[in-house]
Amino acid sequence: MESKLEKKEFNITVYTENQVGLLSRIAIIFSRRKLNIESLNTSPSEVESIHRFNIVINETEEVVRKVARQLEKQVEVLKVYYNTNEDVIWQELALYKVPTEIIAEHVSVERLLREYGARAVVIRKDYTVFETTGHREETDALVVVLQQYGLIEFVRSARVAIIKASDGFHTKLKQFENREPGEPAAENEYLNNGDKVFTM
Amino acid sequence: MQQKDALLMSSEEETATTVEQLKGSEILLNGLIAEGVDTIFGYPGGAIMPIYDALYDYQDQLKHILVRHEQGATHAAQGYARTSGKVGVVFATSGPGATNLITGLADAQIDSTPMVCITGQVFAHLLGTDAFQETDVINITTPVTKWNYQVTDASEIAEVLAKAFHIAKTGRPGPVLIDITKNAQLQLAAYKGYQKCDHIRSYRPTPIIRNNYIEQAAALINDAKRPFVLFGQGVLLGNAEQEFKAFVEKTGIPAAWTILGAGAIPTDHPLNVGMLGMHGNYGPNVLTNECDVLIAIGMRFDDRVTGRLDKYAKQAKVIHLDIDPAEIDKNVKAHVPVWGDCKETLPLLTVLVKENKHEEWLAKFNNYSKEEFAQCIDAEINPQSGELTMGEVINQLNQLTNGDAVIVTDVGQHQMVACRYAKFNHTRSNITSGGLGTMGFALPAAIGAKFGAPNKTVVAVIGDGGFQMTLQELGTIMQSGIDVKIMILNNQFLGMVRQWQELFHDRRYSFVDITSPDFVALAKSYYIDGKKISERTELKDALKTMLDHKGSYLLEVMVTKENNVFPMVPQGCSVSEIRLK
Ligand SMILES: Cc1ncc(C[n+]2csc(CCOP(=O)(O)OP(=O)(O)O)c2C)c(N)n1
Ligand SMILES: [Mg+2]
Repeated sequence: MESKLEKKEFNITVYTENQVGLLSRIAIIFSRRKLNIESLNTSPSEVESIHRFNIVINETEEVVRKVARQLEKQVEVLKVYYNTNEDVIWQELALYKVPTEIIAEHVSVERLLREYGARAVVIRKDYTVFETTGHREETDALVVVLQQYGLIEFVRSARVAIIKASDGFHTKLKQFENREPGEPAAENEYLNNGDKVFTM
Repeated sequence: MQQKDALLMSSEEETATTVEQLKGSEILLNGLIAEGVDTIFGYPGGAIMPIYDALYDYQDQLKHILVRHEQGATHAAQGYARTSGKVGVVFATSGPGATNLITGLADAQIDSTPMVCITGQVFAHLLGTDAFQETDVINITTPVTKWNYQVTDASEIAEVLAKAFHIAKTGRPGPVLIDITKNAQLQLAAYKGYQKCDHIRSYRPTPIIRNNYIEQAAALINDAKRPFVLFGQGVLLGNAEQEFKAFVEKTGIPAAWTILGAGAIPTDHPLNVGMLGMHGNYGPNVLTNECDVLIAIGMRFDDRVTGRLDKYAKQAKVIHLDIDPAEIDKNVKAHVPVWGDCKETLPLLTVLVKENKHEEWLAKFNNYSKEEFAQCIDAEINPQSGELTMGEVINQLNQLTNGDAVIVTDVGQHQMVACRYAKFNHTRSNITSGGLGTMGFALPAAIGAKFGAPNKTVVAVIGDGGFQMTLQELGTIMQSGIDVKIMILNNQFLGMVRQWQELFHDRRYSFVDITSPDFVALAKSYYIDGKKISERTELKDALKTMLDHKGSYLLEVMVTKENNVFPMVPQGCSVSEIRLK
């Protein structure tokens, strides 16, 4: 009960048709409610022709649930799930550009690579680009270290997340394609868990 | 065997390579006809000219009503949709034509009105170049449409139109916009006939009904001592008036309406206990906080209905029937969510509920009703002296129409008075802008309402302020020859705002004093007859003259300047804090 009112990170997974304009239709559902999107990634999904959005927001479950229903209501949205960080496997990728000469002089590159799980993507005379993949704390930690060595550029990707308990979308899509939907397509996360969700 | 047939078919098709080639604009008009469209409200312009050119040859099948402003087209289409139950159709050009649609789209979106708007757009190769009359219509209309789509190739038109109609009218209805670039209107494309759409894989308008919730709802209702039904437009949109009546009559549960639900059962039905919300009836508001089971049917707990949410029906178990799952738990937590079309869910519920009468409980509503009558209604509808009141005009109108007319209202005090006092014997008779509260709605909506219900008397009840927002549609009335009765209730104020300034801003009347032209002379200039009255003795005859007049008529009634609409739940208060004065 308490946790419902507490803000935390939620990973929203949205399965959609691949259509121009859908991104803004989805984005305005958040902006209209003055909700900040922490991270947004669009990509193909496990099913050909079906797109997958990964959206991260920091909010209460109550708000996230309402947003999820508004998302699912859009004509081209097939399905929406929301999960806490514990329910998903997630990763973010980061790139760091640093001056090669400083790095070569002051840092044991090997140690860096080992400690932060980083990898050198490009090594040129003038600069070197490292890459790490991991959770926010991990990618952030390396920024702190490299700031001291003249970090030139830093960029981090949106989060991608896989739901631990999901069976993927293949069978669901079949249901959606049927005129008479079976349970999976007609299911509604929230209505199905009536006891949990509808108590006051 | 089947396969062989299929093979034969396709080879036959191939040899007969005479698939009809039509222009995009013709494909569009053929599609509209196939969808059963007979009336279009629109206004031409550069980017939609090819469609208008094609329309020239389709005039015997598609009636086009030339409005005076595109906003008028949207409201007319809404009025048409609301009385007829069909999809309203609008044509407009790009740029300013399209931006003029926004208010009507927003109104239709929030009031769930099925509508398909077609806008012309600049040539596809000019998109994004700030071409003449180019606006990003798709992005501007995204928040106010259920769905929208830009067509840049004629071959897409038939399929997209079919999708548009399917989306506009199924599930929770709403407005849809198709933006068609000029090249797509002109281009030739193969036309193999029009195929209606009945399935979009990502779109589930009709949910599977969960019997466990129906059973839980029935159990709650059967055990309830003080059950209370709230009904909204969902009953009308689902064409479920009969199913609704059967449910309340079997259970004997008092039922109150939102303004868009008015008329789903007749005003005089013994179980119809009145209107909900800010200017609703006394009993329904107070007893919301005394009922033990609240059954909400096709309504969305708008804040004008609920007042302060944290003091709303906290004692009650809530059963919420709605087709839109996003409505369940949005404002008021439901103990039992009955997700589905009430046309299907209500009969299932009716089977499981016990026959009952809640006489004592119903008597409570009637007692409140008597008190409300004595303290505010009587003086409003039966004043014996002083200036005319809005309430008595509506009351007199009821006596002449017997509650059989379609009443279209604008927004403000006259709207609340009309919704409170107008009598409705029939469904789809109260046409008003509910969720958006759009001043200027009534005149164009009345035009559409009449096209949608040609055999009914249509009376538009409009304030002196709101009339001046869309009065150019008198031109549409003049040119189309449509018969609508226009009744301006002139209090010489932006009355509803003045009421709030009086009650909550120390009577600081800031810019609510509005002057008006000679409305009757204005109507005359459009060749519409009319009359202005201010005396009680003239009222009945003037209304009779208006109703009996052949063709449109404008009656301006001068009413008390500073009357307030009561009861009222002040903003931020609980429904049980409703004030009678
Ligand atoms: C387009 C628009 N602008 C402003 C408002 C705010 N508003 C609500 S009621 C009202 C006054 C309406 O005055 P009038 O049409 O004379 O009706 P009355 O309340 O006097 O009956 C106003 C300005 C609105 N609802 N719609
Ligand atoms: Mg007024």
